[in-house]
Amino acid sequence: MKKQHIVFVKAAIWLFALLPLSRLIWLGVNDNLGANPIEFIEHSTGTWALVFLLITLSMTPIRLLTGQVWQIQLRRVLGLFMFFYACLHIITYVWLDFVFMWDELLIDVAKHPRILVGFAAFLLAIPLAATSNSYMIKRLKTNWKKLHQTVYLIAILAVVHFWMLVKKDLTEPIYYAVMLIVLLGIRVYFKYQPHLKSKVTKAM
Amino acid sequence: MIILNQSKLNPSNIQPSEITSREVFENRRHFLKAAGFGLAAGSALLLSRQSQAAIAPVTFKANSRQKISGFSKTAYGAGEKLTQYEDVTTYNNYYEFGTGKSDPAIQATLFKPRPWTISIEGQVKKAKTISIEDLLKLAPLEERIYRMRCVEAWSMVIPWVGLPLASLVKWAEPTGNAKYVEFISESDPQSMPGVRSPILDWPYTEGLRMDEATNPLTLLAVGLYGEYLPNQNGAPVRLVTPWKYGFKGGKAIVKIRFVDKMPLTTWYKAGPSEYGFYANVNPNVDHPRWTQSSEKPIGAGLFGGRIKTKMFNGYSEQVAHMYTGMDLNRNF
Repeated sequence: MKKQHIVFVKAAIWLFALLPLSRLIWLGVNDNLGANPIEFIEHSTGTWALVFLLITLSMTPIRLLTGQVWQIQLRRVLGLFMFFYACLHIITYVWLDFVFMWDELLIDVAKHPRILVGFAAFLLAIPLAATSNSYMIKRLKTNWKKLHQTVYLIAILAVVHFWMLVKKDLTEPIYYAVMLIVLLGIRVYFKYQPHLKSKVTKAM
Repeated sequence: MIILNQSKLNPSNIQPSEITSREVFENRRHFLKAAGFGLAAGSALLLSRQSQAAIAPVTFKANSRQKISGFSKTAYGAGEKLTQYEDVTTYNNYYEFGTGKSDPAIQATLFKPRPWTISIEGQVKKAKTISIEDLLKLAPLEERIYRMRCVEAWSMVIPWVGLPLASLVKWAEPTGNAKYVEFISESDPQSMPGVRSPILDWPYTEGLRMDEATNPLTLLAVGLYGEYLPNQNGAPVRLVTPWKYGFKGGKAIVKIRFVDKMPLTTWYKAGPSEYGFYANVNPNVDHPRWTQSSEKPIGAGLFGGRIKTKMFNGYSEQVAHMYTGMDLNRNF
């Protein structure tokens, strides 16, 4: 794929990625966020963070399955949108939900594994976002790759966090868990199938 | 896209504003007819999924919001700021009609709250049934404004119309062996789509100790905001115990059983470490997964924040005496 095409695809990603936020603002302005608007925003931003995480994680499986490589360049922008929605998610929790009641909030984080798991995922994502620029990629060299493999752990924590939120109906968390298992499974499969790996490398 | 929370396939994510009006929907049907049978058949398949939500609007038809005539106002909850009618009737936990908060308002429209009878069984002089009409005559109907605290840490203030459960207990004539009262809700897979999946152990079962059942606060609600209960709020009759978490309030009650042993309640069976039999509102005992010391008042808006949760939801004066000497950390 040509360079100008990538630019076009990236622009499309920007447009698409800002839609959920625009929707929230639109619904908020029109007082249309339902009876529990804070919960709505928490769920929405959390869901979109998870969606972008899973989209980011599908770029490598696409390469493994099709031999296409151009989409690998999209990982950074997709990953950063994951971080963007995760930030909104945390801000909603700290500001709108707990209105900076730090004592209450700290108890909530420390005592409840669900919050702790989500918070850990967020903390782990900070260094990844901070080292996503080209300068850091060059500087960290092989360590960069190692560092950014944390994303697998973040994804697992994020799905667990969602899973633990649900009172009884696990349908939705199961969708995400299955997606993640498939995405990670493809990687594992190719890792232990060297002949397949070489075939794809040739195709590249 | 099935993976998205915002998926339209999930009725809980459909905003009222997004729901196709009947007019538009029917026009579309006309169009399909005109467009030819072949095309229609194919498209109808696609539309059928949408139609379930489309023909069941969240807002009620005028004739279903029937006023209750002849109930008296009481001093309960005087001065409390009521939660808006729209919020009370569109944000519901009623898993028989789906697990999303807005599911019941959409899914419960086909539910028929009349004719209705409640069967009275167990440790009573004589097992019998009572029709909803006779129930309404057991005691004068009164309006009581109660706070409702959900175990999920949000709360509402609702003007219920109903009668004290004590009057039904008296009518039922329980024997000396009756130590607990068990409330069993309707579970009809035909009109209650949620019952078709085993999310909870149906039918929904709740229970009270005898003294709790006859406490003057305990209400059998038949209406809210001066009107008969909307289906999604538990029509035609539901339990209201304002000092306990909301899930104690069984909806669409079909059976009341007087028993000698503590009943196994639905949420207790689903998670004994998370939902106790007593389920008294207690800011000092957290739910294992979230805090119970504060709550979000529904309707407070985006920047409304939280308020501190009170012991027994602020009804200590009326109910605390029933639990003296009990370890409420263990008997949560």
